[in-house]
Amino acid sequence: MLSEAGLPVVEATSFVSPKWVPQMADHAEVLKGIQKFPGINYPVLTPNFKGYQAAVAAGAKEVAIFGAASELFTRKNINCSIDESLQRFDEILKAAQAASIPVRGYVSCVLGCPYEGKISPAKVAEVAKKLYSMGCYEISLGDTIGVGTPGIMRDMLSAVMHEVPVAALAVHCHDTYGQALANTLMALQMGVSVVDSSVAGLGGCPYAQGASGNLATEDLVYMLTGLGVHTGVNLQKLLEAGAFICQALNRKTSSKVAQATCKL
Amino acid sequence: MGNVPSAVKHCLSYQQLLREHLWIGDSVAGALDPAQESSQLSGLPEYVKIVEVGPRDGLQNEKVIVPTDKKIEFINQLSQTGLSVIEVTSFVSSRWIPQMADHTEVMKGIRQYPGIRYPVLTPNLQGFHRAVAAGATEISVFGAASESFSKKNINCSIEESMERFEEVVKSARHMNIPARGYVSCALGCPCEGSVTPQKVTEVSKRLYGMGCYEISLGDTIGVGTPGSMKKLLESVMKEIPPRALAVHCHDTYGQALANILTALQGVNLYKVMEAGDFICKAVNKTTNSKVAQASFSA
Repeated sequence: MLSEAGLPVVEATSFVSPKWVPQMADHAEVLKGIQKFPGINYPVLTPNFKGYQAAVAAGAKEVAIFGAASELFTRKNINCSIDESLQRFDEILKAAQAASIPVRGYVSCVLGCPYEGKISPAKVAEVAKKLYSMGCYEISLGDTIGVGTPGIMRDMLSAVMHEVPVAALAVHCHDTYGQALANTLMALQMGVSVVDSSVAGLGGCPYAQGASGNLATEDLVYMLTGLGVHTGVNLQKLLEAGAFICQALNRKTSSKVAQATCKL
Repeated sequence: MGNVPSAVKHCLSYQQLLREHLWIGDSVAGALDPAQESSQLSGLPEYVKIVEVGPRDGLQNEKVIVPTDKKIEFINQLSQTGLSVIEVTSFVSSRWIPQMADHTEVMKGIRQYPGIRYPVLTPNLQGFHRAVAAGATEISVFGAASESFSKKNINCSIEESMERFEEVVKSARHMNIPARGYVSCALGCPCEGSVTPQKVTEVSKRLYGMGCYEISLGDTIGVGTPGSMKKLLESVMKEIPPRALAVHCHDTYGQALANILTALQGVNLYKVMEAGDFICKAVNKTTNSKVAQASFSA
């Protein structure tokens, strides 16, 4: 349904151990089972080399790896330092390059960390630069806990744009504190033209129970359409996909646009 | 992105995070120290006056009727947050807006803190007199930039409504009572669809010309996006100085904050959240504030 909505990139699943993320246990079946529309990319997360190999065996044509701008977050999340995590990813990058598989790099905690608090823009720039120079074609900068505000977004992007060309940058804003769209708008004004979002604002936040998750794709598309920015996305089909998955999850949508249109 | 963390209990509390990111503790949000000033955006005003419309615009759209004493308590709590303007109630007929039926008792019952303003809506002269009798020292009138909306909402044309408001604003000025003017449907109308910036400018100019000290431009159905907001303001600012303008954005399509894009200053966020929590319990619903939702994890 998401493919039919015209989205150019749909992150399909994560080749992570089901012990950590049970929801992604069926990663191989999902990737094999989806209809791959021409012109649409279906990247998958690959946290380690084993996951990468399983992803390729299941037909993945694009993978994503994730670092963090916080040492404590990296340690608590994947039990190693930032440098060690990047070394692990190097294996994946070399193999992916040999197989002509593009790799996207994520940087978590770019506007704040649930353990360290403030994160310096210089640190974000350093990690982004490393991932880019290792061969990632694009770096997605994630405000993982949604604490950022437009000024902090601007400062972080200013620092990163000294090291990575803006055409290779994306933003990934969580809406935990309702700031996602405002922060995304700031990023767009700075030249970023790739934005991560999640239909129905799915995602939640493991660090703030009761909090919302990613920026809702419907709300993002609404704003961009209003601004006259082309996205290629069919909002009606997107709303249908959102309604479908919310029913399957037995939860209400977090998208304001979906809520507003449901009343009609 | 990322896996479910196994060390959530070691996370900083939301209070710590807010302290770091908004530099608030027990005191005031946005009190910057030199090291943090670089995070200020250029082109933004140094201070933003927030007009809290929860007790009026907020409550009038809630199905649950809040008892008078709870409304009074709610407004008293808001008065302690550092907000400088709190819209208390509307002196409109209870037949149209049952939630505002207790306007007189609420206006008389609230504690009016020094330095805080408590405007009330007064749709006509009768409402205005009642408001003054109940102790109001600031009033608001509300026009619309759409003829259909004006007819549906207050049963008369824009021109007729302006004539009514002239009466009210004239009387207010005689008594040295400041009057604020609202323009509804500034970025779109539920009946007519799109609304031209020129029409909004015309209505705003009329209200400003009759003596309203400030014009609040309302995206009543929240359809606006940052581009249409920019076009609107460019048009209105040709006729009305920016310091006399306010924006009033509904979040129907999640666009409000992007449309506003300003920073909070001079407000104690925790006390605002306490007041929010109080009124949500009274109307038996969950908060729409993402900040409040995130804080409930503590």
